Amino acid sequence: MMRLPRFRYLAPRKLSEAAAALADLGTQASVLAGGTDLLPNMKRRQQTPATLVGLREIRALRARSGDPGSGMTLGALTRLSEIEHDSAIAANWPALAQAAASVATPPLRNMGTLGGNLCLDTRCSYYDQGPEWRAAIGYCMKKDGEICWVAPGSPRCWAVTSTDTAPVLCALGAEVTLVSAQGERRIPVEDLFADDGIEHLTKKPGEILSAVHLQKPTPDARSTYVKLRRRGSFDFPVLGIAASARLRADGTVEEARIFLSGTGSRPTNAAEAVAFLAGRKLTDEDVLREAAESIAHVARPLQNTDFSMSWRKQAAREFAARALRNLLP
Amino acid sequence: MDLVPLTTPSREKLRLAFTVNGEPRDLVVESYKTLLEVLREDLGLTGTKHGCELGECGACAVILDGELVLSCLVAAVECPGRSATTVEGLRQGPELHPLQQCFADHGAAQCGYCTPGMLVAAKWLLDRNPRATRGEIAEALSGQICRCTGYLQIFDAVEAAGRTLRGEPAPAPLLPSVHRGSTNGR
Repeated sequence: MMRLPRFRYLAPRKLSEAAAALADLGTQASVLAGGTDLLPNMKRRQQTPATLVGLREIRALRARSGDPGSGMTLGALTRLSEIEHDSAIAANWPALAQAAASVATPPLRNMGTLGGNLCLDTRCSYYDQGPEWRAAIGYCMKKDGEICWVAPGSPRCWAVTSTDTAPVLCALGAEVTLVSAQGERRIPVEDLFADDGIEHLTKKPGEILSAVHLQKPTPDARSTYVKLRRRGSFDFPVLGIAASARLRADGTVEEARIFLSGTGSRPTNAAEAVAFLAGRKLTDEDVLREAAESIAHVARPLQNTDFSMSWRKQAAREFAARALRNLLP
Repeated sequence: MDLVPLTTPSREKLRLAFTVNGEPRDLVVESYKTLLEVLREDLGLTGTKHGCELGECGACAVILDGELVLSCLVAAVECPGRSATTVEGLRQGPELHPLQQCFADHGAAQCGYCTPGMLVAAKWLLDRNPRATRGEIAEALSGQICRCTGYLQIFDAVEAAGRTLRGEPAPAPLLPSVHRGSTNGR
């Protein structure tokens, strides 16, 4: 049986108190939201914070403001199941509702939060293991060790971003607010992530992700999220494709944004596919196929999640085509 | 509500006053424990099962403040003042809950290890949606793994319990799906 390691627990009721605690404790502390990512990692001793700063008493983090007509702000503690079942979100930012509905399982979506899903620890088959397993291989550079077992010559960690909502919020051009004892800043979700399996967030240890801001959708906006995984429930994405686009009535792409999950340490921007699609008709099967090929080209899998790499490469083409077809009315 | 103080030093005991199956409980537990560990070890409520302990199996599901959650991933320090319902709370006096009766009638338990989580998840569903369709039942139970039944008898049992709870007569005969030539290899 795996017990949680001992920890000190703080239950601030205000965001400023939480920020002050983090400023004081630095990297010795972690914030605790839904707990569905942090607590398993603590049980496996992948993360061993001395102090947990529980956010659940902070009402401001559950607040919602705005509406589809002006853009909407969701508090970071908004639960994934709330997003999944929200008709305004489903109507205006369908990819976000689809992504939230595809995370893990119903009880985990009742617990897990939007902020927590964005800050999800990167995953790797050499890292997401119990302490004995990791000890047996001499650990890896992400925790307690020196080398990366995925690419032993590599100076960096290749653990994989596995969040479903991050690629969607990148594709939707959403922003997040980060609050610290020094004040707050608002950045595009895209800039929240760094290309490193260990330092995968640009959020500083003293910062708390407090809210997500969704842009007002234009009338011609379309968005979708498709997810490749072994089972239809539980599993993290082996490949997640989030796409948003503005389409003319004849299917011509005015503008598109496409981001992938599960293919690198940060959400991957399929910029070449996006540039190719601009001004072309998505209704043209040859255009759609070529764009799908381009998306699959940046979905470079590593041997540290599920399925074989060659199969994943083949599947990426089909899933990319599926995502693009979903954008058509 | 007796809130957790702003500084709970580690290695200290936690005073936990909360409601379990409608009864107020006030106890002192190790502060690193999960809700699952408190239920089983401190309250003797062993109906809720220890499975993977990582959120990957659903055996430890309970209803906490009206939401289906996994008790292995709820820290006890976050439970003061809250209200939990476990599988032991389904029964009303000497009577089994219709879900429990229907699970027995339909052979919805084989080894039985997943059964408490299945029952609690199904109760959470039927409380919110008494007219749940088979598809909605499958979706609601998609966080609970069963390695014995192939799920079909479980879905049958939840459908039947839904009918009982709605006061509809049970269609006769009550036979598990596997006997109807389903995909389960029989």
